[in-house]
Amino acid sequence: MNAVIENLPLFWEGFQRTLALTVVSSVLALMLGTVLATFRVSPVPTLRAAGTGYVETVRNTPLTLVFFFVVFVLPQLDIGLSYFTSAVIALSVYHAAFFCEAVRSGINSVSAGQLEAARSIGLTFGQSLNLIVLPQAFRTVIPPLINVVIALTKNTSIASAFGVVELTSVTFRLVNLNGNAAIPLMLASAAFYLVITVPAGRLAGVVERRVAIAR
Amino acid sequence: MSSTLYDTPGPVTRRRTLYGSIAGGALILIVLGVAAARLASKGAFDGELWQVLTVPAIQRLLLRGLLATLEAAGIAMLLAMLLGALLAVGALSRRAWLRRPVSLWVEFFRGVPLLLLILFGYLGLPQAGLDISTYWALVTGLTLYNSAIISEIFRAGILSLPRGQSEAAEAIGLRRAQVLRIVLIPQAIRLMLPALISQGVTLLKDTSLGFVISYSELLRNGRGVVEYLGGRFSIPVYTAIAVVYIGTCAGLSWVARWTDRRMSARYGKTVTAPSEVTAGAAPD
Repeated sequence: MNAVIENLPLFWEGFQRTLALTVVSSVLALMLGTVLATFRVSPVPTLRAAGTGYVETVRNTPLTLVFFFVVFVLPQLDIGLSYFTSAVIALSVYHAAFFCEAVRSGINSVSAGQLEAARSIGLTFGQSLNLIVLPQAFRTVIPPLINVVIALTKNTSIASAFGVVELTSVTFRLVNLNGNAAIPLMLASAAFYLVITVPAGRLAGVVERRVAIAR
Repeated sequence: MSSTLYDTPGPVTRRRTLYGSIAGGALILIVLGVAAARLASKGAFDGELWQVLTVPAIQRLLLRGLLATLEAAGIAMLLAMLLGALLAVGALSRRAWLRRPVSLWVEFFRGVPLLLLILFGYLGLPQAGLDISTYWALVTGLTLYNSAIISEIFRAGILSLPRGQSEAAEAIGLRRAQVLRIVLIPQAIRLMLPALISQGVTLLKDTSLGFVISYSELLRNGRGVVEYLGGRFSIPVYTAIAVVYIGTCAGLSWVARWTDRRMSARYGKTVTAPSEVTAGAAPD
């Protein structure tokens, strides 16, 4: 227990790093994912194929392997990146596919009447997507989006194996230094993750019941 | 694709779509072309580089890695399903002293990163006097993590059945355990099969985390090959591994979607894996 209290500042630093990874990657992945989702529902066949190809490829690749490509293969092409940037790229590339699927299922949940109405007043495809579909889709889609963010939070731990000193990495080092306190140290680390994931999960549940419009 | 987004196109729109298609295709080709040019300028397409994949010793090493991956994933899935079934029975119990600890267990193991659980098996359990191999450390982590998710799938499957089923079963005098075993589980299993398969895909992908604790699975063996031959060979080796993973997982995802279509056509709405990023079987 002493080992935990003594090392709280280190845990705190790692936690901040984890939080930074989560926030930056979530924003980038959500942007890329939304673009991919519009590709996947667009009337243009090549864009649709590109979106589908991306999602199918990335979703069936382990995140660790995505990290391998960013961390080990990109330097072979003379693209040198810091550990943090590499981790952000790997996490964003991977989770964009899941954000895309969440947004796409949201788009498909908007009822046909909404679009027929949009078209009948003469909106173009782009306008009806931007003004009518996406604002509604984002509401139904909030719980699944939160769930992707939760998964992303947990997956930031993989960055510890690729040089980023975040929560799991700090835990690993502390356990190696204080072997006899391994279990309390790991429980402390778990508590830091639960502080993010449990409230987020609850929030998803509440939003699902209250805010989202039932269709 | 969603057909509701646009009307059946007329000739003008069809022409416009064609132009858009050509422009989009050109854009994608340019992006791919730039990437390919970059790769080619670094000699990524040299035949000599890719020939390593034809070396029998390397093929054997990667194959052994694949088998180790499949073995760990298979055992972990089996154990997680057993544990998940027990947890689901607990979660559905009428006794609060059984329900509470189960829901704590589920909340805890769903909320912490899988890697932390694997490290717990690798570093934490030896501290508690349980010295286990890296294989069992990996399987322990995967089992604990997935038991929580799978128990939620089981629970959702049982709860998705109409109330009349358990009421009728109780009315003819079956005990609670019999109701579950004879009436509810056989029906629920069909509804949760697609979600279980796609959770299996996720578990298979997650087995690659064994790399972190040096369990010699597919990725670790690939890394070994690259470390031995030199960084240049990371491109062919990791591409080959990616192809193997994508092939296996896409195949399994396809099976998940196929069972989903069959089961929902015959028995009604299937269960989706709760609150988790799963591969395949996405609700359309």
